[in-house]
Amino acid sequence: MALLEVNGLKVYFHTRNGVVKAVDDVSFTVDRGETLAIVGESGSGKSVTCYSLLDLLPKPPAKIEGGTALFDGEDLLRCGAKRMRHYRGNDIAVVFQDPMTSLNPYISIGEQLIEPLIYHPDNQRKQSREDARARAIELLVEVGIINPQARFDCYPHEFSGGMRQRVMIAMALINEPRLLICDEPTTALDVTIQAQILELIKKLQQTRDVAVIFISHDLGVVAGIADKVLVMCEGTIREAGDTDAIFYHSQNDYTKKLLNAIPEGAKTLPSRLQADNLLVEVTNLKTHFIDHSKAGRQHKVIKAVDGVSLAIQRGEILGLVGESGSGKSTLGRSILQLAPTTAGQVSFDGNPLTGLDSKQMVPWRRKMQMIFQDPYASLNPRMTVYQTLAEPLLYHGLANSKNIEQQVRQLMDDVGLAHGQMRKYPHEFSGGQRQRIAIGRAIATKPELIIADEPVSALDVTIQAQILDLILDLVERHNLTMLFISHDLSVVRCISDRVMVMNKGVIIEQGDTETLWKNPQQAYTQQLLKAIPIADPRLERSRLSNL
Amino acid sequence: MLRFVFYRLLQAIPVLLIVISLTFMLVHSAPGGPFSADKAVPPEVIKALEAQYNLDQPLWQQYISYLGDVLKGDFGPSFKYPGRDVTELIAAGLPATAELAFYAMLVALVIGVSAGVAAAMRPNTAQDYIPMSAAMIGICMPSFLLGPLLVLVFGIYLEWLPVSGWDDMPGDKILPAITLGTGYAAYIARLSRGGMLEVLSQDYIRTARAKGLSEPLIIAKHALRGGLIPVIAFLGPAFAGLLGGSFVVETIFQIPGLGRFYVQAAFNRDYTMILGTTVFFSTLIIVFNLLSDMLAIWLNPKLRQQTRGES
Repeated sequence: MALLEVNGLKVYFHTRNGVVKAVDDVSFTVDRGETLAIVGESGSGKSVTCYSLLDLLPKPPAKIEGGTALFDGEDLLRCGAKRMRHYRGNDIAVVFQDPMTSLNPYISIGEQLIEPLIYHPDNQRKQSREDARARAIELLVEVGIINPQARFDCYPHEFSGGMRQRVMIAMALINEPRLLICDEPTTALDVTIQAQILELIKKLQQTRDVAVIFISHDLGVVAGIADKVLVMCEGTIREAGDTDAIFYHSQNDYTKKLLNAIPEGAKTLPSRLQADNLLVEVTNLKTHFIDHSKAGRQHKVIKAVDGVSLAIQRGEILGLVGESGSGKSTLGRSILQLAPTTAGQVSFDGNPLTGLDSKQMVPWRRKMQMIFQDPYASLNPRMTVYQTLAEPLLYHGLANSKNIEQQVRQLMDDVGLAHGQMRKYPHEFSGGQRQRIAIGRAIATKPELIIADEPVSALDVTIQAQILDLILDLVERHNLTMLFISHDLSVVRCISDRVMVMNKGVIIEQGDTETLWKNPQQAYTQQLLKAIPIADPRLERSRLSNL
Repeated sequence: MLRFVFYRLLQAIPVLLIVISLTFMLVHSAPGGPFSADKAVPPEVIKALEAQYNLDQPLWQQYISYLGDVLKGDFGPSFKYPGRDVTELIAAGLPATAELAFYAMLVALVIGVSAGVAAAMRPNTAQDYIPMSAAMIGICMPSFLLGPLLVLVFGIYLEWLPVSGWDDMPGDKILPAITLGTGYAAYIARLSRGGMLEVLSQDYIRTARAKGLSEPLIIAKHALRGGLIPVIAFLGPAFAGLLGGSFVVETIFQIPGLGRFYVQAAFNRDYTMILGTTVFFSTLIIVFNLLSDMLAIWLNPKLRQQTRGES
């Protein structure tokens, strides 16, 4: 008998707008030492499936409408609150997606770690504070936290994202669970840290014979870690099978669509770069911030951008990659004079921008626009699509009251939005549609330069592919020049003509995209490129074994 | 932290100066004076009195000399209680008022926090609606209505508690404390419900559940600290409000507190008394606001370390 056997699970959300079938008739099994990956886009019900096993869903609105989930023969869905406490954190543990919000900011890491031991519902397995502390420190060493004795009493904000996720994993493992549920454990992390965490999970699973349910939307990650794959969409299972079978012999259209949407390989369109037609020139740009939050008498200066020189030719798409904290977003904002620069020069079409006051910047603002990462946060929720798109047109005098509506329609056509949606508000749109609105807003003023800061990072892979196509299409049609910032190297590769790698505020390597990919010179770039998971199980396995 | 406190105290100086100046101007521009009375008093007598208290000097001179006195910690003599200092009168009224405020705060916190937390645990159920409706009534109910009602029920019909007095009979502090505390309890209930709801929807609460912690432990250990931040921020203004707002309750229950002096002083045009109590209350408000901010910082490890780094 399998360790976990889920049969016909149904979870519905009873909302004001009717019933949403979040999980509808889902069945699967997981065995000891086995890794089952559940893949699917946001809203497919993969997290809901796992949370319902431990009764972690908010009820209402969620309600389990049917099915069984036998863990070692006992039905988790009907075992009652008291038995459930026995399973939670003891037999079944969870590593949540976002290590930034999943740890309590008011309680020290160590205290949070030992809680499953000192409050164990089973009195015989309950441990004293001292024993629990010793055990926790052992585990912290195991997950790769340096100097765990001293770090034990630190608070979550003193740890980086990767370190917090290690703490989360240690916390999940402290009672030696038999089933580990990992909900997108590496999505919020940089690729090099992701590689370390995945390796850690894999190692722990092999040494402890734990069963793992691994929720992910990243098929590259899944290819390397999973034994079996479950493809979910809109609450139902579309396909299930061995990892190789799913990747190489998929019978299902949805699975094929997912696999095809993975950004892969080089840019297929020819470069539109116009040689000797410099649009942006940055010389020795520095943007420093003073960090008031750091302890110590002297305020620490953060050198977000520390002496960057670059040139963007007209018509070119220049990719800028780097891990979080590398200064790539600050660089983008500094070029647009949206962040106060400390030193250096930025010139646009031969005209210096540094030193201009906000009034003098106005005519230049029209020519350079930005697309932001989060289409949820960067659109004003109280403005309709029409208002959002009309505002820049009217502000820069590009339209008058007579032709504004027609111009907005034109823009909506450009970014692929139906005219009927003109009076709707951002919350009525999906993530992909919102990003289309944001792109429409950016191209409204007919800019020459667009700085796109992680424009597809918040999107599902199929939507991501559509938006990337849209961006390429608009660059072509409107003769745009683009600085494309992303931490996702595969995305940058498939869209850019040229790439720059940024680390700790400086550009460490740049060059033609394919040349750089095939022959990276710097150790850091090599390490970054090596850490990218490949959405092909055989290649991914050989990549992992070569590390 | 020390530096934070120092800067906040520095900011208090201009605030107090503005308070003193405004109050000074307002009381002096109000019609009548401390020696206008129903009976006809010979003008020579009034002249002599005004000369004694320096009221015959130009206003700006009075203002300057008052500021000088305040700096020395001297609020001057009372106009209505001859021979007694304002400082002395405040000191006489303060203990009763402070004690009343303390008990009222206790009532407000115990009732308010427990009702708010209970409501947040089961939002949109009877456990939420009943305490929250009660809180709404509590906010709307003025103390001059609630006080007599409580006296009527518990003092006169049931004869459980004394109807008035202070420190005379056992239990005579209960009704005033409840009367004064109810409005604040209601407010705290709403604040703690909001704060707790916010915290209970956080990811880290889900983490705590997934660890197998019991629900009471999750509330007490993981949720309360973050959930009560809004309440803590409110404590400073609330305490000051309790001290200053106690005069109605003091009047209803015949409590010899500061609030009654304050109101009487306003009616009597007892200039120094009004000014003295205003400055005193303003200082209290500033101090309590500072204390509640310090508490909020101390409860948040991130802020705690930042301010520790600064000092």
